Amino acid sequence: MNRKHFTFAMAAIALAALGSSAWAQKQYSPGASDKEIKIGQIGPYSGPASAYGTIGKTIGAYFDKVNAEGGINGRKIAYFPLDDGYNPAKAVEMARKLVEEDEVLLIFNPLGTPSNSAIQKYMNSKKVPQLFVATGATKWGDPKNFPWTMGWQPPYAAEGKIYAQHLLETNPNAKIGILYQNDDFGKDYLKGIEEGLGDKAKTMIVSKVTYEVTDPTVDSQMLTLKASGADAFFNITTPKFAAQAIKKAAEIGWKPQHYLTNVSISVSSVMKPAGPENGIGIVTAQYGKDPTDPTWASDPGLKDWTEFMKKYYPAGNLADANSVYGYGVAQTLVQVLKQCGDNLTRENVMKQAASLDMTLPMSLPGVNIKTSADDFFPIEREKLARFDGKTWVLFGKVYGR
Amino acid sequence: MNPIDRRWKLLLGALLLVALVLLPFLVKNYRVFQFNLVLVYAIAVLGLNILTGFNGQISLGHGAFFAFGGYAAAVLMEHAGAPYWATLPAAALLCFVLGFLMGFPALRLGGHYLALATYALALAVPQLLKYKAIEHYTGGVQGIVLVKPEPPFTFRLFDQPFNADRWLYMFTLAVTVLMFLLAHNLLRGRIGRALIAVRDHPIAAATMGINLPMVKSITFGVSAAFTGVAGALGAVVVAFVSPDSFPVLLSITILVGVVIGGLASIPGAFFGAVFIQFVPNIADQISKAAPWAIYGVFLIGFMYLLPTGVMGMLRRSWMRWRPGASRVSS
Amino acid sequence: MDALLHQIVSGLATGCIYGSIGLALVMIYQATHHINFAQGEIATFSTFIAWALLQQGFGYWSAFLLTVGVSFVGGVAIQRLIVRPVEKAPVLTNVIVFIGLVVIFNSLSGWIFDYTIKSFPSPFAQQGPLSSRYFSAHELGSFLVMLCVLLALYAFFRFTPVGLAMRAAAQNPDSARLVGIRVSWMLAMGWGLASAIGAVAGMMVAPTVFLDPNMMAGILIYGFAAALLGGIDNPAGAVIGGLIVGVLENLLGAYVIGTELKLTVALVLIVGTLTLKPNGLFGKQVVTRV
Repeated sequence: MNRKHFTFAMAAIALAALGSSAWAQKQYSPGASDKEIKIGQIGPYSGPASAYGTIGKTIGAYFDKVNAEGGINGRKIAYFPLDDGYNPAKAVEMARKLVEEDEVLLIFNPLGTPSNSAIQKYMNSKKVPQLFVATGATKWGDPKNFPWTMGWQPPYAAEGKIYAQHLLETNPNAKIGILYQNDDFGKDYLKGIEEGLGDKAKTMIVSKVTYEVTDPTVDSQMLTLKASGADAFFNITTPKFAAQAIKKAAEIGWKPQHYLTNVSISVSSVMKPAGPENGIGIVTAQYGKDPTDPTWASDPGLKDWTEFMKKYYPAGNLADANSVYGYGVAQTLVQVLKQCGDNLTRENVMKQAASLDMTLPMSLPGVNIKTSADDFFPIEREKLARFDGKTWVLFGKVYGR
Repeated sequence: MNPIDRRWKLLLGALLLVALVLLPFLVKNYRVFQFNLVLVYAIAVLGLNILTGFNGQISLGHGAFFAFGGYAAAVLMEHAGAPYWATLPAAALLCFVLGFLMGFPALRLGGHYLALATYALALAVPQLLKYKAIEHYTGGVQGIVLVKPEPPFTFRLFDQPFNADRWLYMFTLAVTVLMFLLAHNLLRGRIGRALIAVRDHPIAAATMGINLPMVKSITFGVSAAFTGVAGALGAVVVAFVSPDSFPVLLSITILVGVVIGGLASIPGAFFGAVFIQFVPNIADQISKAAPWAIYGVFLIGFMYLLPTGVMGMLRRSWMRWRPGASRVSS
Repeated sequence: MDALLHQIVSGLATGCIYGSIGLALVMIYQATHHINFAQGEIATFSTFIAWALLQQGFGYWSAFLLTVGVSFVGGVAIQRLIVRPVEKAPVLTNVIVFIGLVVIFNSLSGWIFDYTIKSFPSPFAQQGPLSSRYFSAHELGSFLVMLCVLLALYAFFRFTPVGLAMRAAAQNPDSARLVGIRVSWMLAMGWGLASAIGAVAGMMVAPTVFLDPNMMAGILIYGFAAALLGGIDNPAGAVIGGLIVGVLENLLGAYVIGTELKLTVALVLIVGTLTLKPNGLFGKQVVTRV
């Protein structure tokens, strides 16, 4: 070919090479761009579960901090928290709004098992990440059927199993009474407990009572449990009812071996209102550092968290475990996004989420975050702790995978 | 009625229908979903209006019938493999029977007593739906996840595909039009007058030979049937039912829709539905901190400015604009 | 046997809570012939005000009295400003306004005081002279407080001219106007009194169920049941109705149908009462002339 054609061809090839390499650098799904990453969230900011709204608010505060410090790989986070009032139908509407109208990259930490159940199919069919859901139901770790959905916290059933194991180790002939919330949360724990007890479940469990979130008190249930003669008690309740149960148990003079779900161990919102002396001896499982525990007073992780709270979420409560949760899960997401680099497609987000191997500054030593293509349970390890009247004191080994 | 008035009404109705049919092709999927919900609520509000507006029986428990209709549809689709359109008549029948049964104790109750009894029904239903004995059918707390129906054919209009969302919208629209026509025919003649007579002057009505218990109970049943159909449609549209989807707030919301739209008004149901679907979202945008406070202010404001609802206001403006029409009464 | 006794006693204690809300409802009904759905939320808000005062360092009883006073004034203000414009409107318009008040107060409580539960102190010492084997000091104390409120109300309505005027205004507003009673202000006072009673109820309830914006959500329906059971126009009936509802709820839940159907029990109770004995156990028979 003549010189003109040759030059032309070389120029074209050069341009093509430049162009394709430039394009190979950055890939985006809707919601991500050079300037920002749009992240949606759905939570109960009104209605009966509104106490959990602090988690979403803490997350927002953490994103403010990240943005103030330059963002992720130069991109700022645009945060879209929406209220579903703990109503699954509303959650579906909000999810569709976030995906189709606001065009977010992913939906982060949606809260509540019913809401997540309602949007799971939609999220998976639209291929949008439903990442680090704020519920411990066991069904969120199912990458084969729902590759776009991933949990974060230790599954409830696993935690129930740990309590059952501990009871078998310490008091194998105990008579067990269980108080649990009449919904997914309570029933998942119950399943774990019964699995952990194995064949002995039938003989050991002497009383199982439920309550609804609309019940004013659980006094009647506590009386029934005491009357059954149980000397071990699994307290599977949300904060308000946990406080009531602990208080009532003390009032009626019932002192069983008491296990309390991790969801309700906040010193400020449960143990103190219940009467701290009444909580002495209660056992729970923890995976994060309790901000009221003096063991961590000079821990750099706790110091950072306290500074963060003071600067970015002054309205928050420094003794509220919900804020520790929000901090931790937000840091996990930031790590995933960092790992994505310039490839901010939804596929890559899920890929990076399934390739985590890290620890959080507010996690207990020995507790890590690890995921893989067939392990969609980031946190699985927990340690037992006992309440001493002031705070939760860790003891024993690390349980879980 | 003045023949000119009738022609105006038909013209407006036809225009509205055309607009509604074209609407889903002008907006994105998410909006289509929202409009779909508006239609569902419109049927539910219409159902309650028949009972409360036309017959004077205040019910704070229609969320219960919405729930029963929704679960009927879900259970039939999930366990009996029924097609989605077949669940509607089943839901209507079930809720008619339940409503009729509820009508009996309602006979002795009036005003706030009935309101409280129905409020208790609305409160009890979510717990009932979680009951262990029927868990196998209802899915218990987990609820039932449904599959959204696919459209039987597809085409493109205004550059938007005729996908599942739009198909469902058309289906819902057809059902809504049907229900509204049904209500219109039911209430236009003797039956409607009997209902209103029972509402305003029960003793005189009884004296005239109207069988009060029958009328009131059947009205309850029909009203429940309408709301049940809405519930079944709702289940298909959202593709999910669970006990948490039907809290007490739902019953209150439907009543709000009735009053905002206008008591004893069939077209009012549509405005009521638009209010209950969109105003909470607007309130959320105005104030993230206390959105429901804004919603409450909206409610109270509406009651001050439009105590007879949107339809009341429209009627008044219509009278003012066409003074000739007011001279001829129907 | 011991367990049964405990359940009954616990039922009486919860019944006290229901009765106190029922009392506030009856109060409003007697004054205005409306059932105020917002009663629970206003009571919760008042309790938050008391909590805030306590946080500021006020002593318990001064915070208590101050809250009751503020609630009274607040109730009057609500009636004058919000309810009065729709006085003449049909019942349903009023119902919607009440619903509006419910969501506003609930949302305000959450916004100002946030949603985490707070503990509220009881004025009755845990180990004091009032405590016994079956009743806790607080349960007995709140029961006594309620009795005092009841007696005070009775005395007010029966023996004071203002009380008489209020009763007249509610029963026959037109005739009452003719004899010079300012009916509008009587209605406002009714609201004020109901809010004050609600505040007392809230402060008695909060130590047991803990304070949060949704505190009254579960209690309200039982308060209604209590008021209906005892007769919507009978204050003492509301209290007794509450006790009955509390005990029945506990016994049925513990021994008969299990805890999973308690709300259905409440429903059956309400519908049953209204069908069999529509005026409640102690209400007056109302005869309408044709």
